Amino acid sequence: MKSLAELAELRQKSLDKMNMRNTDTRERIVVGMATCGIAAGARPVMNTFVEEVNKRHLGDVSVGMTGCMGMCALEPMVDVYDADGTKTTYIHMTPEKAKRVVAEHIVNGQPVEEFTITAKDQNNA
Amino acid sequence: MQIARSHVLICGGTGCLSNNSMKLKDRLEEKLAELGIKDEIKIIMTGCFGLCAEGPIVVVYPEGSMYSRVSLKDIDTIAEEHLLKGRIVENLLITNRGEAYDEEGHQVENTDFFKRQKRVALRNCGRIDPENIDEYIAYDGYKALGKVLSEMTPQEVIDVVSASGLRGRGGAGFPTGKKWTFAAASKGDVKYVACNADEGDPGAFMDRSVLEGDPHSVLEAMAIAGYATGAHQGYIYVRAEYPTAVRRLNIAIKQAREYGLLGKNIFDSGFDFDIEIRLGAGAFVCGEETALMNSIEGKRGEPRPRPPFPAVKGIFGKPSMLNNVETYANICPIILNGAEWFASMGTEKSKGTKVFAVGGNINNTGLVEIEMGTPLREVIYDIGGGIPDGKKFKAAQTGGPSGGCIPASLIDTPMTYDDLSAIGSMMGSGGLIVMDEDNCMVDIAKFFLGFTVDESCGKCPPCRIGTKRMLEILEKITDGRGELEDIDKLEKLAKNIKASALCGLGQTAPNPILSTLRYFRDEYIAHVVDKKCPAGVCKKLIQIKINKDLCKSCGICAKTCPVACIRGEKKVPYEIDQTKCLKCGACLEKCPFKAIYKES
Ligand SMILES: Cc1cc2nc3c(=O)[nH]c(=O)nc-3n(C[C@H](O)[C@H](O)[C@H](O)COP(=O)(O)O)c2cc1C
Ligand code: FES
Repeated sequence: MKSLAELAELRQKSLDKMNMRNTDTRERIVVGMATCGIAAGARPVMNTFVEEVNKRHLGDVSVGMTGCMGMCALEPMVDVYDADGTKTTYIHMTPEKAKRVVAEHIVNGQPVEEFTITAKDQNNA
Repeated sequence: MQIARSHVLICGGTGCLSNNSMKLKDRLEEKLAELGIKDEIKIIMTGCFGLCAEGPIVVVYPEGSMYSRVSLKDIDTIAEEHLLKGRIVENLLITNRGEAYDEEGHQVENTDFFKRQKRVALRNCGRIDPENIDEYIAYDGYKALGKVLSEMTPQEVIDVVSASGLRGRGGAGFPTGKKWTFAAASKGDVKYVACNADEGDPGAFMDRSVLEGDPHSVLEAMAIAGYATGAHQGYIYVRAEYPTAVRRLNIAIKQAREYGLLGKNIFDSGFDFDIEIRLGAGAFVCGEETALMNSIEGKRGEPRPRPPFPAVKGIFGKPSMLNNVETYANICPIILNGAEWFASMGTEKSKGTKVFAVGGNINNTGLVEIEMGTPLREVIYDIGGGIPDGKKFKAAQTGGPSGGCIPASLIDTPMTYDDLSAIGSMMGSGGLIVMDEDNCMVDIAKFFLGFTVDESCGKCPPCRIGTKRMLEILEKITDGRGELEDIDKLEKLAKNIKASALCGLGQTAPNPILSTLRYFRDEYIAHVVDKKCPAGVCKKLIQIKINKDLCKSCGICAKTCPVACIRGEKKVPYEIDQTKCLKCGACLEKCPFKAIYKES
């Protein structure tokens, strides 16, 4: 290591691996990881979120998990909490959908309406 | 390898290690493999979280859930519930005592214990893996050294340290900037910087925790001190009784060398600096700066007369600069955040924060870092959780065997260098021993004097002979053979030793006597005149007795007694043979009817 630039680069790389330990985050992504969620495929969804957040250096976004959300038929389910506390619930998630949620909702601030639980209710109505 | 979705931090501080936290790690690894989620979870062993009494501590991120007193069975539950299924195991969480679980309350930062602390020296303890330099670098590690070497002159570094108002954390509170100035001004092409990690004060473990939890912060600061004062070699003097600290320091030095952060031409600046560890055998006097320097040279750990001061003639006769571990731990944040930032914390003459190792009769035994000037009351009740079993706070001892006590009437004293010395106590290195109503202050003074008598190196008579005479007088008093003039004799001796001993050990040894005499003279008088120990501690002055009306003749006391001096039979109250009784109190604890009591 010979320069501050080199140090800064290593710092960023290590920090990306540790961001999870920062609990003051802007946005929280919470994946339902109870038996029902896992059976429906929550684990790859979770891992995709973790990878995407990391790849994009979204240090202030946390990816966590929670237990059964009570609507097992809609699993894998994911809640996204914005900085102001607004909650968006996504249902029937897949790794591909997770990538879109990161790109559109987290990065650009536009929830992906078509994947949300409210979209489903409207369709049924 | 996949990116982990959860980090599990297990405390690897000495407190938790001795509570088997290493086994927790092994068990968790097995369990995660069993559950098939090994690649998704990362386990990190950290340094001390400060809540050693609640250990072993385990923290799970991203939720930041802090679990306490985790057993092997608990770790299985945490793996199955929290890590596999995302359900926080509420009954294992460390919650604010008495308060119900809430979403945020379980997070490390939000517990009462942490909320009121300000962590500068302990900034990384419990947050990073001390054996991984990358984690240190992630939290701005080695950035201060880079900044200093590429943008600042040695004088500018010293100016920042001086302006911050930082004072030595090893006990004496000497302004650090001034010390660096003297060393820098001293002429000589070979100079040394050294780190005092001897930590001999009984009950203190702040320095150990910094070395165990964040060893690089000390290495980096020593390199900065080397640059500022013109030294190219550093020594860390650490006691061999700190094996974990020594091991992690060695790992840290090796990793820093591999990255070129120690060694030749650091950051391509032309500055060379390296560090060696010197192990001490654990003698209190070796914490004294001149004795420490002798010991580094391989000589007997005996103090040298000053002057010449170490800045002029120190290690191997060369100009040397010695700072304490915690002093060093403050340096990098000062360089990075500026002198004003540091000076904005604390009071006019005591800037920044101070770490205390809180022990004795207190609920949250452990390590706390508070802003200077915080009243003792806050440390004991708000952070420390108060005195166990609803007992009354009697006094706190700071500065260990060199310090003095703070009585309950002065519990609102702000913790600063000057306020503490004004009341006859001292900041000391950070040991804080809390005493409740069951502690006898004469006995406490005797304990510390016993320690200094053992630890006196014997080189100067006032300390070698004087402390022994003081201890003898204290023994006479606690044995009930004291006379009033003994108290005067003690005071006179104390003042003479203070004035004539060679080094700080002897000069400060009388402090525990002087301060207990100042605040608890009536207790001395009770021992001498009434031949009573009001707290019921001094064995020669108490008797253990059985209350005939309460005794149910169950015989448990007789079975418990190690010297078989309790006799009795069914339906007749038991009796203690006072000529044989050791006053160990074992029967007193065991009696189911609380029929046994101490009488003074
Ligand atoms: C008997 C005695 C024991 C001491 N023990 C320690 C110690 O264990 N650790 C320490 O840092 N300083 C100890 N000191 C203080 C050191 O002599 C010295 O003042 C200090 O290490 C300087 O560092 P600082 O200016 O950063 O506080 C002791 C002093 C005396 C007189
Ligand atoms: S050693 Fe684990 S909390 Fe102190």
